[in-house]
Formats: sequence, C-alpha cells, structure tokens
Amino acid sequence: MITGFLFRALDRKAILVALILLAIAVAVPVSNLMLPVSHPLHVPTHIMALFGKYLTYALLALALDLVWGYCGILSLGHGAFFALGGYAMGMYLMRQIGTRGVYGHPILPDFMVFLNWKELPWYWYGFDQFWFAALMILLVPGALAFVFGWFAFRSRVSGVYLSIITQALTYALLLAFFRNEMGFGGNNGLTDFKDILGYSVQAQTTRASLFAATAIALAIAFVICSGIVNSRFGKVLVCVRDAESRTRFIGYRVEHIKLFAFVVSAMMAGVAGALYVPQVGIINPGEFAPANSIEVVIWTAVGGRGSLIGPIIGAIAVNGGKSYFTAAFPEFWLFALGGLFVATTLFLPKGIVGLVSSGFAKLRGPREADRVEETLQPGTEAAQ
Amino acid sequence: MRLIVILLGLLATLFSAALPATADEAELRAAIAKFSEAKKFSQTEAVIEEIAALGDPAAAPALNALSEGVLMVRESDGAVFIIRGTKDPLELLDPVTLEAVGSAPEDELSKVKVKNSIRRQIADVVSGLTLRASDPKVRLQAAATIFSRPDPEIIETLDAVIADEADPRVKQAFIEARAAAVLDSDLSSEEKVEAVAVLRARGGRDVLPILTSVSTSEDEAVAGAALNAISAVEENLMFWAAGQNIWYGISLGSVLLLAAIGLAITFGVMGVINMAHGEMVMLGAYTTFVVQEFIRNSAPGLFDYSLAIALPLAFLVSGSVGLVLERGIIRFLYGRPLETLLATWGVSLVLQQAVRTVFGPTNREVGNPSWMSGSFEVGELLITTNRLWIVVFSLFVFAVLLLVLKRTRFGLQMRAVTQNRPMASSMGIATPWVDAFTFALGSGIAGIAGVALSQIDNVSPNLGQGYIIDSFMVVVFGGVGNLWGTLVGAMTLGVANKFLEPYAGAVLAKIFILVLIILFIQKRPRGLFALKGRSVEA
Repeated sequence: MITGFLFRALDRKAILVALILLAIAVAVPVSNLMLPVSHPLHVPTHIMALFGKYLTYALLALALDLVWGYCGILSLGHGAFFALGGYAMGMYLMRQIGTRGVYGHPILPDFMVFLNWKELPWYWYGFDQFWFAALMILLVPGALAFVFGWFAFRSRVSGVYLSIITQALTYALLLAFFRNEMGFGGNNGLTDFKDILGYSVQAQTTRASLFAATAIALAIAFVICSGIVNSRFGKVLVCVRDAESRTRFIGYRVEHIKLFAFVVSAMMAGVAGALYVPQVGIINPGEFAPANSIEVVIWTAVGGRGSLIGPIIGAIAVNGGKSYFTAAFPEFWLFALGGLFVATTLFLPKGIVGLVSSGFAKLRGPREADRVEETLQPGTEAAQ
Repeated sequence: MRLIVILLGLLATLFSAALPATADEAELRAAIAKFSEAKKFSQTEAVIEEIAALGDPAAAPALNALSEGVLMVRESDGAVFIIRGTKDPLELLDPVTLEAVGSAPEDELSKVKVKNSIRRQIADVVSGLTLRASDPKVRLQAAATIFSRPDPEIIETLDAVIADEADPRVKQAFIEARAAAVLDSDLSSEEKVEAVAVLRARGGRDVLPILTSVSTSEDEAVAGAALNAISAVEENLMFWAAGQNIWYGISLGSVLLLAAIGLAITFGVMGVINMAHGEMVMLGAYTTFVVQEFIRNSAPGLFDYSLAIALPLAFLVSGSVGLVLERGIIRFLYGRPLETLLATWGVSLVLQQAVRTVFGPTNREVGNPSWMSGSFEVGELLITTNRLWIVVFSLFVFAVLLLVLKRTRFGLQMRAVTQNRPMASSMGIATPWVDAFTFALGSGIAGIAGVALSQIDNVSPNLGQGYIIDSFMVVVFGGVGNLWGTLVGAMTLGVANKFLEPYAGAVLAKIFILVLIILFIQKRPRGLFALKGRSVEA
C-alpha cells in the first residue's frame, strides 16, 4: 500500500519538484560554505537565511493549500499551528541555553528567573530532549487541529463561519500567549538561542544545515501532499470541496475526511514553524496575529490554490516582494499587499499557476484549455 | 478634636472665599476688631460669643487663628490680623479674606491671649458655625467631614443642629455623622445600638471601618449589632457591585453593538463578509478628528457641537467609501464568500495604510465635549457620562436602523432583495442599486460608530482591527440576518465578559468568551436567533 502511495505520489511533476528542492538543499549550502566570497556563484549567508525563511513560509502555504485548495476549508488560523510548532522548537532551544543565560540558572530560562518563578512548569518538562520536542512539534498542532476540527466539522460549521472561528482561535491564542503567567515568555516570547543539537545557531554551517533541512522538509511534504492528492482519498477530498452535500449523500463521512486533511495540514504547519524559529532566532506571540494567518492565504492564492506547486511559488514571490518593498518603499508595502488581495481575487482566481497553465494550454490548442478550466473550479456548489 | 476643627475651618474658608462679600462681612469685621480691646480672658470670651451669634462661617479662620495664637493686634492702630510665618517682619493677612495685606516687625504686634477653655469654646463655635452655615452644601460637606473623622465631643453640637435643621437631606447627614461620633464615644450601649442601626441603613463602603472597630467592643449587644450590620452592609455592597458589573457590561455591550450593528447589515442581511468593516469605523473616528481640528482652528466656540457635526459627515465618508467598495469590488464577488473575505481584507490593508500615510501612525487626539465628560453616582454605582451617552446613542442608532428597515420603502426593498432576489427583481426593484445602498448604509453606520468610539478609544490606524473579530463574534452569536439578535448578542457578550473579569482577569475573560462562542457555534451554527426556513440554506 505504501509503495502504491509512493508510486502515485511520485508522478512526473512531483518527482521534478522534489528533485529541484533536493538540488537546492544541496547546492545552496555547498555554494555558501565551499565557494569563496568573491565567486560569482557564491550565495551570501544573509540571502541563504532569507530564502530559508521563505522556504518555511512555502511549507506553511503548502499546508494551507492542502485544506483550502483541495478540501475547501479556508483556515484563517493556520498561523496558530505554525506558531505552536515554533514555540515547541523555541522551548527546546531555550532549554539548550543552560547556564549561559543572563541569570545563569541551570534549568529555568531567563524570563522565568526574571518573573521570580521557582521551578519549571510541568509543560516544560521533556523539552531538553530533541526527540521529545520534535514529537511535540507534530503532536501539539495536530492535537489542537484534531480537537478543533472534531467539534467544527462534526457540527457542520463550514465556509465563512469556519473561517471566522479559526480566526477567533488564533486571536484567543494570541491573547493567551501575551500573558506572562502562561510561562512562554509573554510579550517578548522566546529568544537568545544558543545551540541546536549541540551546534551554535549562529554558525554558518548550522545555518546552511538548517537551510538544507528546510528544503528537504519541503520536498518531503510536497511528496506527501502529492501522494494524498493523487490517491483515491484525494479524489474524495476534491469531492468534498466541490459538492460537500453530495459527497455526504453518497455515503462518505465528510467530517472524517476533513478532519484528516486538517490535522495533517496542521502538523505540516507546525514543522514549518519549528524550522522557522532557529533560522530567525525568535518566536513571540505576534506570530499568532490573525493578520499573519490571512497573509498565508494570500501567498497561496497568488501562487494558485488547488495546485501543489502554486503555494510554494506564491509564498516565495510574495515574501520576496515584501522584503524588497519594505526596504525600498516601506510606505507602499501595505498598499501593494492590499492591492494584491483585491487583484488576485478579482482577476487571478487561479493564481500564477493558473495563469501559466492556461497560457500553455492556449499554445497547445483550444481543447486543452477547456480541460484545464474543468479541473480547476473550486466552490461550484457554494456558487449555485 | 483640634484637627476636625481645623478641617471645618478650612472648609468654611473655602466656601466663604468662594462667596461674594455680604453685608454681614462688615458686622463680622466690626466684631473681630473688638479683639484689640479685649484685655481680659472674659472679654475675649464675650467677643467670641458675639461672633458666634453672627453665625457667619467666614469667621472660622480668624477664630482658628486665635486658637493657634496667630491672631495679632497692630499696636499703632489696633487693627487685627492673622500672621503668617515666623520670620521678622511677620506677614499680615486680612482676618476675613485671608489676603496678604503687608507686613510688620514683631515688636509692633501683640498677641490676643487665649487659654485652653477658650480654645474649647472656639472649637465648639467653629463647628457650630459650619454646621449652621446658610449654604446647605457647606453643611453637607461639614457632616461628611465629621463622618469621616468622628469625634465624641461634637455630639452635643450635632444634637443642637439636628433639632434646628430643615433640609431633610442635610438632617439625615447630620444624624449619620452623629451616629459615627456616638460609636466613638463612651455613651450607653442603647445609644450605640441605635447608632449602628443608623449606619446599617446608610450602607456604603465607608461605614465598614467604623462598624468593624465597634464589632470588637466588649459590650456584646453593640458588638453583635455591629457584626450583623457589617454582613448586611456587605451583602448590600455585593448587590451594588453586581449592579456595577452589569453597568460596565452594558457599556461594553453598547460599544460592541455600535461596532457590530453596521456589520449586521452588510454581513447579517446581505451576507457579505466585509473584513474592511473595522476600517469604516476607523474612518468615522478620523472624520471626528478632522472636524475637531477644523473647529479648534477656526471656530473654538463650536467645540461642544463637534460630535453632532461629525456624525453626518462620518456617515457620508464611510458610506461613500462603502458604496465605492461595493460597486468596485464586492459586486463581482457575490456568491463567493471566501473571495469576498480576502478582497475586503486587502481593502482594509489599503485603507489602514492610506490613513497612516495621511495622518501618521500615532494616536490622534480627539477631545470630549464638556457635556460628555465627568461622572456621577447613583447609590454605589459610578457612571461616567461619556459611557452613558454611548449606551444611549447605540440604542438610538439601533432603533433608527430598525425603523429604516421596517418602515421605509428602502427598507422594504432591501428585505425583498435579500429574501428573494429574482422575485424582487421581477417586481421592478433595481436590485444592484439596492445592494449598493444597503452596503453603503451598513458602512455609514460603521462610520457613525467611529464617531462614538473616538470618545473612548485611541484614534489610530489600527482602531478598526481591534473591533473586527469582536463584531463578527457578536453578529454570528446573535444570529445572522437578525438585528434583535445583534442587540441581544452584544449585550450578552458585554455583560458576560465583565462578570468574568473579576475572576479571570481581562485577557482570560476575553479568551474564555471566545472559546465559549466557538463552542456555541458548534451547537447552534446559525446563532441565537436563527432565521427559520429554506432561505438560510441558499
């Protein structure tokens, strides 16, 4: 069964994307570490760090695309899963600081010493072990998604209502994590990391490894998503998106299907957050802000939802634009982003990928173009 | 005793300074001048009697000065002054107005002599004077002063003034002050039990320390009565605290109602997810700011009317932005709610940045007109005037909106279009324009909400962001497409929030409410007051 899954997952397109990502995972760190700075193909460390961050965003967008593009669940709270994964990683990194903190306490992180806490809260136990943190990176977002999705899908909350309560979810978490009493560093979050797995987070080799790890994680996630989407289950997923009631009438348990996709997606978002934190060096409650989650939606929409490569392109393109704009014209970034939201929804419902593929289809002939139109029509049931 | 007399004296000074000079002042001056001739204690006592007979509280400073030994006579002309400071030459103050009138070397002045019995006499006279002041406000204030610093020695004076007092409110205050003083005295236990009963009836937080000190008394009857009274007063206070919470809740609910009521039209009636709704509120607040700036610069006299001027303008500004938004973007996205959500979110980003570019990222100052500032008490309830106005205003807006929907032609068309678009269209209603104006109406009301919210919140580009999630919660909780649901939803959430706050803190209370709503939506996905029938499924 697993070979069958892999066989379907690795269709030509997926193999190509996975190979490109793996090539990037090898080539960029090699160029950064091996080539001299003067070499034309040398990738500077800050560029590598920037693109490492974009790749974690791409992974987050891919996770969102699995539920939104294929299952029709517009989650405005995926940033919450991302941040939870990030916090799990941040807790591991905090425990690794040990006595090198400002207060030099062997167990308690600096902010707890500062707040006069006497002992570690129970939920911080185990985070000194990487395997435990890694497990939590998957389990915490997954469990939240499971509980939330269980209630939401079972009572058939869907469409806009679901979007709004996912937004409320991340908003509630935002408020909660701002509290010092929660034991997650309050307003300042977790920062001042020193080591990951024994290597300094500042070292160039660690940064290169983290970049490689992110690219590989993205490649794996891509293959998994591709497997899900191309399986029989993936077909049902699209069914749910396009005609939820009909799928239910045929006899599928729609809520279980949605729940599965939602949990897988949340776990992927958690991994993205965990890879994000050591690369940027901080995690704070701001990551829970509803605006962040909505921004993820626009990356996915710009790239093209309902295609797996779309969100990756979208996340990198939009964030590249953001980095450029906020440096060059800080005033205009929000205008550009806002305009992007409007323009994408009005003129580019299928995003960049849709534009490119319909362009290709036109080159090949009119019949092909029709076929592309047919395959990408999300939300037809809602429109009727 | 000394302290209280000084306090009463100060009080008298305060009020006498505020009052215009009267014909009595001449008499008072004449009486005070007689101190220069009083060589013996008995003569001094006679002068004090004479001043007391005038019954003018303005005499208090001079008498207090006499008591403290700073009332002096200038030997050259026999004029009487209060002196200030100890450095030679001494500063001279007028004994009635307390204005500085010059200075004199120490050896040219002689002190009016006093002894302890005269000091006691002065104390009685001074407290009698303020308690008998002609202005009832002064008398009330005097009673409150005695109440907060009860003194057994003043009981006799109080008994006398209680008998003469005509104003029932002042009389009651005197009786309560007397009760406080009785509990501090060594009077009989019957008197004390009676006093406890008076204080119990008065209630309020400030009787608790008095009663607590009595409750440890050796006299069992008194202690028992005091303990009973304490629990009764505390129970009463709890009742008031609950009342205060309800008021805060209603106040918060009215803010939520204002923020959500426009959304109840655009989201509730039309089904358009307008994420830029908060920005419509923000535009209204900034309109208020612009109006006030204009008034400050060109017509400061109109400042009290600034809100009244800003209201229609804010309606027009936000309404026209809404109209453009509907015509330009939203109408292409009907039937695609998720896309509408994203596009309007984009619009909200653009509006925020636009305001930030024009007005700057910092908070702008929006003032309260005079009729909206201040506060008053009802029993133990503290009510701030601006909150009261906002509650009234939100209900007013609600009522007007309800009237527009139910009683006007436009409202009829609006309901027709939202209930059955093809049928409405075949009856000759221009549905696209009804859509546009409905959206404009909802946005305009958000603008009006902005005018009100500018009075209690920071006017910054992020103003709207803070309200958007709450507004959606209110509309979803109350039930989509139902204005009454919005009203009930807003008030319920407001009151629930304020009742949770004392136990959980502000942030946890809010989180708790959010979680409750999330759970509630699971149970009743269509809200408290769901529309019944097929229309909701469409």
